[in-house]
Amino acid sequence: MTLRFRRPEAHAGDLIFSWVLRGAAMGLPALLFSIAFFLFQRAEPAIAKFGWGFFTGSVWDPVQENFGALPAIYGTIVSSFLALLLAAPLSIGTALLLTEVLPRRLASAVGFLVEMLAAVPSVVYGLWGIFVLVPWLRQSLEPALARNLGWIPLFSGPPYGVGMLAAAIILAIMIAPTITSIAREVFRAIPRQQREAALALGATRWETMRLAVLRSGKAGVFGAAILGLGRALGETMAVTMVIGNRPSISASLLEPAQTLSSVLANEYAEAASDLHLAALVEIGLALFAVTFAVNAFARLFLWRRTLGRSAR
Amino acid sequence: MTTTSPFLLETRGLSAWFGNAQAVKPTTLGCAANTVTAIIGPSGCGKSTFLRCLNRLHEEVPGARAQGEVFLENGPVYGPGVDPVAVRRKIGMVFQKPNPFPALSILENTVVGLRLAGVRRKNVLRELAERSLRLAALWDEVKDKLDQPGMSLSGGQQQRLCIARALAVEPRVLLMDEPTSALDPVSTARIEELVTELKKEVTVVIVTHNMQQAARISDRTAFFLLGEVVEFGETSRLFTNPVDPRTERYITGRFG
Ligand SMILES: Nc1ncnc2c1ncn2[C@@H]1O[C@H](COP(=O)(O)OP(=O)(O)OP(=O)(O)O)[C@@H](O)[C@H]1O
Ligand SMILES: [Mg+2]
Repeated sequence: MTLRFRRPEAHAGDLIFSWVLRGAAMGLPALLFSIAFFLFQRAEPAIAKFGWGFFTGSVWDPVQENFGALPAIYGTIVSSFLALLLAAPLSIGTALLLTEVLPRRLASAVGFLVEMLAAVPSVVYGLWGIFVLVPWLRQSLEPALARNLGWIPLFSGPPYGVGMLAAAIILAIMIAPTITSIAREVFRAIPRQQREAALALGATRWETMRLAVLRSGKAGVFGAAILGLGRALGETMAVTMVIGNRPSISASLLEPAQTLSSVLANEYAEAASDLHLAALVEIGLALFAVTFAVNAFARLFLWRRTLGRSAR
Repeated sequence: MTTTSPFLLETRGLSAWFGNAQAVKPTTLGCAANTVTAIIGPSGCGKSTFLRCLNRLHEEVPGARAQGEVFLENGPVYGPGVDPVAVRRKIGMVFQKPNPFPALSILENTVVGLRLAGVRRKNVLRELAERSLRLAALWDEVKDKLDQPGMSLSGGQQQRLCIARALAVEPRVLLMDEPTSALDPVSTARIEELVTELKKEVTVVIVTHNMQQAARISDRTAFFLLGEVVEFGETSRLFTNPVDPRTERYITGRFG
């Protein structure tokens, strides 16, 4: 008996399905391009007037119609990376606790609460920031930092409460649940045999976590951190509420600052002139570019680390 | 209580539970130094559980516990003040599925136990790695690619890497839980050969489903049934002239 294979084209369902998939696959990049195109178009007056100077200028003055986005770009990048710096150890630690230490029941209860944190709306974090975090920073943490570490430019200056530090802390709290949940899934996916291999070699509990869990899950945890970073870069409401919104670049984390999205949120409703509006759209374009660049860089890095490793 | 016994590894009334379910009933066995002991029996009879009690891995499963006594070179393996980490350094283990660490190279995989034990000097690690890889009959195949990931090896090579990894810390006992059940016949033959060689270095306890394998490589065999040792004795005798009718039925393939 001979086996006969039906060619896939013979199925009408397959054919339709493959075209639907193709459409979807083309649709998303097309949407991305159309958004970029829209931004370019609307930002045209500002692009024409300031050129590259828009990204290097540090004056943002709607009255004089002089627009430079550098403080906002700086604020976006610094607040987000600082947030990641604060959130990553906390999240990885929590994920380890949930998968490796706590008994299963307790872990799922705590894990549920952590996931709930991710569902709290941004504006609620902002309110909490204004009424709890900022006063605490102004009255307790920032004076203490200035007293003890004031000689480091990072912690110098008067304690405003609102500012880069407040924004970074809020962002850290907001992205921690995301990073924790993904890191937890990454750790959970590591087979038990890995942990047993470590234990059987005489690894302590902590060594087992390092050897069998953290090292094996490195790429996944990195991916989790990048997702968190992406969320921090674009986060608007809560940051706008606590960052102080001042277009300046300061070495001190205690100083007010601004981010690309906070400028947009603050000024869009009251943009008076066409140029101001165009400048704000170009801010959106810059945000688009920054997020894109960070994600592309992270992916490249990840790709080189993982593929470089497993390449024969 | 420590009396000098002729055995390197010995259990007295060792039993094990998963929650309330008893997986191993009180078991008393002894393994003399530099011998291979095979554990056979139908699936689910508690072979793996028994083996994992010997290096105190069983207790790492949530809800699992063990009772009874185990002695290694007349020293207690269970008991207050005995550190399971120290026990596991002296009793190595090879699992059913090869499990090299995916993030580590061949060299790093081989010496990872030594690193855990605090050996830091690069040249010492390298020397000991070569020694263990030679013992595991893997050196010639990997000596030119020690920096490649352990996962880049074939299944059989990975299993020998895991054997090298276990041997690197110079354990007194090597526990093997069906080490060849995931391998092809050629790799299986190599590992069987290897076990016979390793007898000079360590005392081996091996779980196997393959009765020919048990007959080929072991000195003594224990037949487990429903969590109990039905018969334990000289391998050649057990396979040719079993005392218990249940053993006879099992080895002639009439159940399990
Ligand atoms: N993690 C676990 N939780 C609960 N019960 C378990 C667990 N692992 C094993 N058991 C039970 O303990 C008994 C003994 O299992 P064990 O794995 O020791 O059998 P085995 O003889 O090694 O079987 P196999 O030859 O299939 O590997 C079985 O009844 C099994 O169902
Ligand atoms: Mg088993």
